[in-house]
Amino acid sequence: MKPKSFTYLRPASIDEAVQALARWREDARILAGGQSLVAMMNLRLIEAQALIDVSDLAPLAYIRESNGEIEVGASTTQAQFMMWPTLAECAPLLSAALPHVGHYQTRSRGTVCGSIAHSDPSSELPLCLATLGGSVVVTSSRGTRVLPCGDFQIGMLTTARLPDELITAVRFPTRRPGAGYAFAEMAQRHGDFAICAVAAMVSGETTRLGVGGVAEKPTVREWAGLDESGIDDALNDLAWDLGGTDDSHATAAYRRGLVRRLGRQVIEEAKKCSS
Amino acid sequence: MLELKEGQRHPITMTLDGQEVRGLTEPRMLLSDFLRQELGRPEVHVGCEHGVCGVCTVLIDGKPARSCLTFAVQAAGRRVDTIRSLADKDGKLNDLQSAFRRHHALQCGYCTPGILLSAEAFLRENARPSEQEVREMLSGHICRCTGYVGMVDAILETAQQRASAGTP
Ligand code: FES
Ligand code: FES
Repeated sequence: MKPKSFTYLRPASIDEAVQALARWREDARILAGGQSLVAMMNLRLIEAQALIDVSDLAPLAYIRESNGEIEVGASTTQAQFMMWPTLAECAPLLSAALPHVGHYQTRSRGTVCGSIAHSDPSSELPLCLATLGGSVVVTSSRGTRVLPCGDFQIGMLTTARLPDELITAVRFPTRRPGAGYAFAEMAQRHGDFAICAVAAMVSGETTRLGVGGVAEKPTVREWAGLDESGIDDALNDLAWDLGGTDDSHATAAYRRGLVRRLGRQVIEEAKKCSS
Repeated sequence: MLELKEGQRHPITMTLDGQEVRGLTEPRMLLSDFLRQELGRPEVHVGCEHGVCGVCTVLIDGKPARSCLTFAVQAAGRRVDTIRSLADKDGKLNDLQSAFRRHHALQCGYCTPGILLSAEAFLRENARPSEQEVREMLSGHICRCTGYVGMVDAILETAQQRASAGTP
């Protein structure tokens, strides 16, 4: 199918982009990689009167590391982030998760911020953001806000971004010294939507597990002093608390099974990588 | 700020398979439709038109892109390569295309242009891929006929031959 008619705007600066958003508000959509947005427009699940294209906006094409955070600008693609030379060292969780984000052919255009903005419950980058405890930077003509991930993603495909706000960057905390990280997911085909995705961080006595694809947004649980005797019960409780439902891809019971099995797998792996 | 009004046709230019081309596009026109209908290039195939099958893959500035998820205006001023960019001007297939033929990596051939373009871009980034990496790259395409074994073999063989010939 084809999208409905819209006006195409290509701002030359962040200021211009913000002005365009202030003018069009909820009638406009930000176009970055378009890998979710255009598909949904083609299916007429989304209609927009204006698209504001930031995919080529030079001031948003960056990856920076400072103060224990990696900041990724809104026009940076997933492929560019994946090829960032120090990714595996600075952000092992992201390095493990990125190959699962879409396909080689979609990561070349799909952006890191676009995936965060879209907030699909089964997508990997919002899960990593929640597990690591990162934040999202939004700008409007009224100023700039930095939203912690817990405040940013409200539910399925819903965020706290206001209609006139542009997501300019996302910030991921870098590796904690001594911490171990691991990622795993189950999908019908590599790169498809995850039926269940899990991300773990083990740092000293602390174990943190994020789960995507089951609840309506990524859910993170943290335990202190979790050991072999308690892990099965802890994961079982979490699996039931997530309240997954049956759908055409999997039953709720199968999803609970994945939380238990993949959860254990990544916690053990993260523990092995920690020191 | 560039502003193209809805419903109006705007002139754009791009470098298509090495040639400057021009055409008119509405903002809503997909690159796949622009290439097929406006520029008369039906060798750019479309299948699902929502980013799932990969058959519409072209290269934009050398990177694979699903042309059904790209608006034509976004390709304005850029280099776009289709399957025509692979064979030489007398129609002699390149090494990867010949390997596809040898390994029976196609039957109806509908998915093949997109897969060849993906594989070319992929081999440029990763000259000695593992079988696993080739399979992951191919997961972005759907072939309804052959299965993927012949494609994997053809791509790995081409990588090996290019590496031993010293051509990237
Ligand atoms: S036609 Fe573009 S991905 Fe299927
Ligand atoms: S050869 Fe027919 S779809 Fe692939």
